[in-house]
Amino acid sequence: MRKTLLLLTLCLWPFSAPAQSPEEKGLAIAVEADRRDSGFKDYVADLVMVLRNRHGQESTRTLRVATLEVNDDGDKSLSVFDEPKDVNGTALLSFSHKAGTDDQWLYLPALKRVKRIASADKSGAFVGSEFAYEDVSSQEVEKYTYKYLREETYDGQSCFVIERYPVDKYSGYKRQVVWLDKAEYRPLKVDYYDRKDSLLKTYTAKGYRQYLGKYWRAGEMLMVNHQTGKSTLLKWSDFKFRTGLKETDFTQDSLKRAR
Amino acid sequence: MKSCHFLLFWIVQLALSWSTTAQAQGELSGQAAIEWRVFPRQAQSPEQHRSYLSVTLQPEYYHKWDNGKQSFTFVPFVRLDQYDKERTHFDIRELTWLKAGEAWELRLGIRKVFWGVTESQHLVDIINQTDLVENPDGEDKLGQPMINLALIRRWGTLDFFVMPGFRERKFPGRKGRLRSDPPVDADQAVYESKRGRGHVDVAARWARTFGKWDVGLSHFYGTSREPRLLPGTDSKGKSVLIPHYDLIHQTGLDLQWTKGQWLWKLEAVRRSGQAGQTGRYTALTGGFEYTLSNVAGSHADVGLIAEYLYDQRGNKAATPFQDDLMAGVRLALNDAQSSEALFGVIVDRHTGASFLNLEASRRLGNRWKFSLEARGFAGARRADPSFGLRRDSYLRLELAVFF
Repeated sequence: MRKTLLLLTLCLWPFSAPAQSPEEKGLAIAVEADRRDSGFKDYVADLVMVLRNRHGQESTRTLRVATLEVNDDGDKSLSVFDEPKDVNGTALLSFSHKAGTDDQWLYLPALKRVKRIASADKSGAFVGSEFAYEDVSSQEVEKYTYKYLREETYDGQSCFVIERYPVDKYSGYKRQVVWLDKAEYRPLKVDYYDRKDSLLKTYTAKGYRQYLGKYWRAGEMLMVNHQTGKSTLLKWSDFKFRTGLKETDFTQDSLKRAR
Repeated sequence: MKSCHFLLFWIVQLALSWSTTAQAQGELSGQAAIEWRVFPRQAQSPEQHRSYLSVTLQPEYYHKWDNGKQSFTFVPFVRLDQYDKERTHFDIRELTWLKAGEAWELRLGIRKVFWGVTESQHLVDIINQTDLVENPDGEDKLGQPMINLALIRRWGTLDFFVMPGFRERKFPGRKGRLRSDPPVDADQAVYESKRGRGHVDVAARWARTFGKWDVGLSHFYGTSREPRLLPGTDSKGKSVLIPHYDLIHQTGLDLQWTKGQWLWKLEAVRRSGQAGQTGRYTALTGGFEYTLSNVAGSHADVGLIAEYLYDQRGNKAATPFQDDLMAGVRLALNDAQSSEALFGVIVDRHTGASFLNLEASRRLGNRWKFSLEARGFAGARRADPSFGLRRDSYLRLELAVFF
């Protein structure tokens, strides 16, 4: 018990230092959350997206996602669509970067064409969902500046509440308010404010499971758009970590045969 | 055609034997569609019609094994047209075995390969023959038999192609619209190569990404996919155009610079050997696409496209695009039904001849898709290669089901 207390004190020490400003404290929390999720190397997972409009009508997309951790830069990811059937085999390759815009290539199987797309459209909707490209691309510490707000209980869990401000001028947001649980530094809730600073969307994550005894992944992510009444639910399954993926599995060549 | 049947039989046998094994991961999918093309203007010839119905079927069998390092794909295609005997056709779009290594990929069989970046035309793209009966825009291709080895290295990807078996361009028949006047008699095709369709074509392409730049350099040697059309007569003494296929060398460059909301694009080719032309010639297409996201508070993306099309051969070019400007707007609603539309116009800077194009599509439910296409041809002079299309402005509606 004594040992635990000591560890806890050590962990929290940077945040309780008297000279720390809210900006420094916010950044320290983001850095710690990033540190706890680093070293996973790669993972693959299946994803079902349920898009719901304000009348409750639903449409579903299914895809497979592979992610490769890149040291000193943003992650690489490759997503392949299985459904709807008319986009079966359509695949998206993304290289996210800590600074500057991400690189994205789209493969259109009917034309056998790989198209490099303008990733400055990061505020655009990811395949018609309420998730923007910037919401689903890898969350790097450097993509935001931070400010610590308060501590608060959310959903029965003690949380840090921090505010973050996108660095990229192409972002669709002025700011985001993030609830991270103090125990594991997992994002449980995010409020997104648009460029006019009005509340646009709320993200909530549920069903967290731990993999390799270290990495937490949510089973369900819900994004609700307050301005349109639409929502998108992401249901993740079959996470597999350290499958042995390499850089060569994330190229335009692998994109063409990703299916 | 006989060997084609044999191949089909063999493939079906193979597919059946796979599907009965316990670990079979083969998947059968595909699409079927019904299409209606309507031409508001009376045709130039009484043999042609104003309304054409047709149906297509394109199943796809895909099987992967060896941890996805090997795969087999089979995609046959068939179209039945109400009147046009040439448009009623069968093709093997794909019949390929793929083996991927750590730094290489080998593909054997019939395939489609796309090269290039521009929207208004595809100059660099030369591997496959155009299936012109499918659509006058030339985007549909016939399956090309090939051996393709790709080396994937730090310095880029280098693809080698060996292509035995030339595919002749398909042209609309006497009763079809969107054809030349007189029609093309593909059965009388003439080849520069003594081996005719048996000439083995070769090609190589190097491609690499340098940050925001994507670069491709290619070379092709073999029978030109684009025939010269010379006047002649058919067996009944009716006048026809006869395709002449030359042996050519073509070097191509494709380039894209992706910066912010801008895509800057360039395609250029240098071709020699196309007889009837003076020596070598250069052709290029270049321009930009500028994308605006979340337009008017919605998820919609609007893309503005402008390109310049040039062909050094000028009026002697086999293409109507020798000194033309293209402007277009792409709209993607980014809604649950993936509704999208593309409107474009290409105008000849000298004659004012123009080509108008509208394409739109929307998913219905989860399995159906509705497409609309409207094309207009206006102002072509008698000497213009598109003069034959002057009465063939049309509307095309298609309903497809995916399974």
